[in-house]
Formats: sequence, structure tokens, C-alpha cells
Amino acid sequence: MMSRRDFLQMSMAAASLYGASGFGSWARLAAQDRFDQDKLLEFDTFGNVTLMHITDIHGQLKPLYFREPAINIGVGENHGKVPHITGEDFRMRYGIGGGTPLDYALTYDDFVALAGAYGKVGGLDRVATVLNAIRADRPDALLLDGGDTWHGSLTCLRTAGQDMVNVMNALKPDAMTFHWEFTLGTDRVTELVEGLPFAALGQNIFDAEWDEPAELFKPYEFFERGGVKIAVIGQAFPYMPIANPGWMFPEYSFGIRDAHMQEMVDEVRAQGAELVVCLSHNGFDVDKKMAGIVTGIDVILSGHTHDALPEPVQVGQTHIIASGSNGKFVSRVDLDVRDGRMMGLRHKLIPIFSDLIAPDPEITALIDAQRAPFIDDLTHVVGKTDALLYRRGNFNGSWDDLICEALLEERDAEISLSPGVRWGPSLLPGQDITREDIYAVTAMTYPNAYRTEMTGEFLKIVLEDVGDNLFNPDPYLQQGGDMVRVGGMGFKIDIDEPQGNRISNMTLLSTGEKIDPDRSYVVAGWASVNEGTEGPPIWDVVEAHIGKLGTVSQGAPTPVEFVLPDGN
Amino acid sequence: MTFTRRETLALGLGAAALAAMPGASFASTEEAIAAFTGGAEVGEGGIELTTPEIAENGNTVPVEVSAPGATSIMLLATGNPNPDVGTFNFGPLAGSRSASTRIRLAQSQDVIAIARMEDGSFTRTSAPVKVTIGGCGG
Repeated sequence: MMSRRDFLQMSMAAASLYGASGFGSWARLAAQDRFDQDKLLEFDTFGNVTLMHITDIHGQLKPLYFREPAINIGVGENHGKVPHITGEDFRMRYGIGGGTPLDYALTYDDFVALAGAYGKVGGLDRVATVLNAIRADRPDALLLDGGDTWHGSLTCLRTAGQDMVNVMNALKPDAMTFHWEFTLGTDRVTELVEGLPFAALGQNIFDAEWDEPAELFKPYEFFERGGVKIAVIGQAFPYMPIANPGWMFPEYSFGIRDAHMQEMVDEVRAQGAELVVCLSHNGFDVDKKMAGIVTGIDVILSGHTHDALPEPVQVGQTHIIASGSNGKFVSRVDLDVRDGRMMGLRHKLIPIFSDLIAPDPEITALIDAQRAPFIDDLTHVVGKTDALLYRRGNFNGSWDDLICEALLEERDAEISLSPGVRWGPSLLPGQDITREDIYAVTAMTYPNAYRTEMTGEFLKIVLEDVGDNLFNPDPYLQQGGDMVRVGGMGFKIDIDEPQGNRISNMTLLSTGEKIDPDRSYVVAGWASVNEGTEGPPIWDVVEAHIGKLGTVSQGAPTPVEFVLPDGN
Repeated sequence: MTFTRRETLALGLGAAALAAMPGASFASTEEAIAAFTGGAEVGEGGIELTTPEIAENGNTVPVEVSAPGATSIMLLATGNPNPDVGTFNFGPLAGSRSASTRIRLAQSQDVIAIARMEDGSFTRTSAPVKVTIGGCGG
């Protein structure tokens, strides 16, 4: 058996194999740890089945920076449990040295300095190189896309997902499940799904009218690989019509539907499946709970909450794999399946270091072809940042602080609200801010920046509602994402309290006065799920604001005081 | 104001629903149960209630209930202004003692199902359903 440390080293070194060696500090660190390529290759292939998992790409075709969260609080049984540990706790848990490439890839500390040393991550042309190298080891490896693929960039928005479909098709996935794809609207989703040369899966995608499985999406697909009969069951994001505008896809109903999941597992086992894989967009804690309820799933490939974990988490006989977001990681899972059951698993979370992994030239050309019609917009420089701009964190992100500030200024509001989404790359101090960068944190099909009035009482209800969707101790009542970002108003949140009692000390920052439940406040926000929301698209609001600033400097984050759960 | 009147109303209604105090209709729920059971003791088990964990639309929440051997099943929405949803009656020739319907839920609340069995005994189960404004997906 490999020790954990060896295991992690394998994960890292695998990435270096694919690129030209001798790039800066990576090679130096690798040399210090005396990586031996032959030994790595010997270890590389295991058992008789290989799964490759990528998820939550959010339209990111090109290399980028992506800072992981500093604050990612787990509640209930998930207090202090993976993936709800960050920084030093994360390094301790996995034996990762400070300042190493894995530290850069998986934690937030010293992000700017480490980004300077190790460079960008992701890029689907680099991902292609990694996939090809794995396929060289195991030509029939399955590639499974966890969804949130056709969303999140300027080109993806302008082409209604076509750019991502074109590039992903070239990577040859075997199956996919869904979330933000549905925000393209039913007609476009239907058009794209009908044209896919691979399986579109979701056992929990139902016809809303008849409450029966939707015809367009199969619950599962069988594959024969290495003499093994594999069933891949899809699980789409359960709360799409709540977290996203249901009026864009009224024909569909979702939900966790774990009883139906169990039926599907039993059905595929009865048909001879020797390995059952769930390709999930549940989010990590929901997958953990589901794994404790549904029996017979060998591997859950987990998406939605953007967690990247160097080791699987085991619940009963089910192994959960979390593969990050934004094209930053690919998980390779090698399995030994014999006599109709899974006998062993070896897993590598492969960080896609863009400078170390040689891009696949065909995919680079294909990506550039998608971008060519929009290249003037993409490269248009709006301003510059002196601050690190990032999004991830339960309460604040500097990108969101900037967006909230733009809403206050450009929409002349007292308070601003910005959705607690987890997608969107980071920018380093000194970087230009292009129009592409602004779209990368705002692009969506319901971008209107509304301006309205809300009473103090209603504002509290909004914060309590979102707070409960994030911090309800029952994972099945969580929707993923982070706390709604607030501009112009500070507050305190007591995570262990029930809905209605979590939020207090709501304070209007401009005056320092407590929020009056009966007074109306002018509130600007975006990404409303209500049909007919009016206002300019958020990217125009942000661009106008940055244009006036010229250079974005480090601002003070909106003050959010939080009380941690007991024992965390 | 850039919300249309309809959206503002929708927001307002959601707010009112969520702000309502849970348990306000407790008395009438108990009354409804007493009327159905005639005050008899109510056991547990042998009845299955299927509801979504979170309602996609509080105005039309799919609910399925099944109790083999039941002659009738009553559904209650404890947090609604009028908790009585309805009662399904099954004749002796009914193949399956199950029913599905859609109900309106004004707020997060427990849905209760009580079955009267062929031997005159009663059994109950309940399931919480969350009703949320939503809107901030990852």
C-alpha cells in the first residue's frame, strides 16, 4: 500500500509528466522529492477500469487563476469535516507542505506569491493533454462531465453554450449531467442535448406536469470497459427551479429523489452492472448524505460545491470523489472490478498547471476558433486591479465587494445584493481587467441589475432564507453556493441558530444606523429568479464602475460578523 | 422601482408566507385529527408519505401517500391557514391503497398523513417540506 504522502506525490507528479519538464520551481520541487518517472508510470495504471472526472468548468476554456476559499464552514454532522477545512487545517489533514504546488492548488494562503511562482491553472487544451495521457495508459477510460459546463463566460453566453459544446465534444466525454445548462432555457437545452454524441443523464430530471422521468434525459447508461459492465447513473442539481429561474424551464422538475435513485441502482444491478457510478451535481454534503441512504453505489463523482479533494471520502461502501471547478482539476479514478464487484480503487486529483502541461494544439486551435468572433470584446481592457480579486468564501469575496460597490454607485442604491455563486476566476494585483474577466464573474441569462425598495424586515427575511439554504444542518435542505453578498449593509450571522434567528445587527454602513424593519431602503441587485426583472445587465454596471475607477484598489470588505457552530 | 407589479407582489407574498409564525394553526390540526379518528389512539408505521425536501413551487407541491390495508387516508398541511387538505377513501376492491395529489403550502411546514386501517386502527406519519424564496445557486 502507498502511504498517504506517496499517494499525494503521485497525484502531483502525474501532472508534470505531461508537460515539458524544467519549468522553474516545479522542476526544482519535483527534484527535491526525487520523483522517478518509471516508478510513477508503474503505479499509474491500476485494476481494469479508469474513470476521468471533470466538473463545474463554468465555460472556462483558457488558463486562469482560481483562489480557493478561506472560509468554508460545515454545519451539523459536517462540522470541521472535509471539505469544510481550509488553509493550514487542509494542509495538515492531507500532509501538504506550505508553499508547494499542491498548497497553491488547494488552499488560499499566500495565493498571490504562489500564483507568481506556479502560474495559471486550467485551460481545456491542457485538460485534453491530460486526458490523452490517461487514455494512452487505458484507451477505454470513461470521461464523465459533472455539468455546469455550458455557462459562465462571454463566449458561452453569446453562443448560448455552443462554444463549450464544440470543445467538449472534441474531448469525447461518455456522459454528462446538468445544472446551469438549464438557464439557457428549455428550447436551447433540448436542441443541444439532442445533438450530443454522448449520454445526457439525470435520474432526477422529471416531467413537471406528469411527475415522471423526463424523456430527453436517461437515468443511466451502460458501458462495457475492460470486460466490466459499468452503469453510470446521472444526478442533476436537485434545486434548479429554486436556485435558478424555474420559469426558464417550467417543463422540468428535479429534487434529490433518493428513493428513485435506489430503484435505479437496483435496476442496473439486476441487469448485471458490476460497477455502479453516480455522476452527481448534488454538492458534496448532499452526496455524503445520499451515500448513507442509497446502497449499492460504488463511486460518486461529486460536483456543484466546487470542492477539490486529494483523497476520496468513503461513506459505507461508497467512495466520493470531488474534482474542483473552472477546469482546474481532473480526477483520475482507477478501479479493480472482479467477480461482479469493486475490489480496489486508486485515485489522483490532477491539478492542471497550465505552464507545466503542454497544450493540445488541436484543442487550442478549436478554442481559439470559438473565441475569434468575439476577440475584440474579450480583450477589451476596461481597467486594472491593484487588489487580488477572487470570489470564493462563505461571506465575502473581493470580486463581489467590487460588484456590490458598482451596484451602489451606478444604480444609486443604499444597499446592494449579489448572489453567492461559487464560479468565477481570480485576478492578481497588477493584472488588467478585460471585458472577458468581467463576464467570467457575471455572465448569465438573467443578468438584469434591478433597483427596487425593500423594507428592513424583508431584507432580514432574504438574508435568513439564503442563510438557511447554506447553513441548515440537514444537507438535503442546503442548495450549495455561499451567502448572498451584501453592499452598504453589515450584519451578524449566528450559524447554529434556526432560520429566523441567525441574522442580527443589520447596520446601514453609510450612516452607522441599525436597519429599521419598517423603513424602505433602495436596494440594487442582480440575478433575480423572478420573470420580468428589469435593469441593465450586470456586466455593463460593473464595466461602467471599473471604467470610472481606472484602477481598482484594495477595498474594505463588507463587515459580516459570524458566530461559528459549536465545536468548529 | 423596476420590478413589475406582479414581481413585487410575488416577493411580498413570499415574505408574508415566510414571516408567518409556524404552529399558528396547531389547534385546528388537532381538531381535524380528532374528527377523523374519533379520539382513537394513533400508531406509527405501515404508512409512507413521499414529499419533496424543498418545494419547487409552494403553490403546487406533489405529495404521494401509501398505506397497504387502509380504508381511508387523511392529508393535513399543518402550516396552512386551513390545514385540512383532503381524505382519500378506498373501497374493498381498490388494488392499491395509495394516492397522489398536489397541494399548496403557504410556508415551510410538516405534512401529516393518517390512515384508517381495515381493522379500525389508525396510523400516521409526517414529512417536513421547506418553502423558500431561493435564488442564489452555486
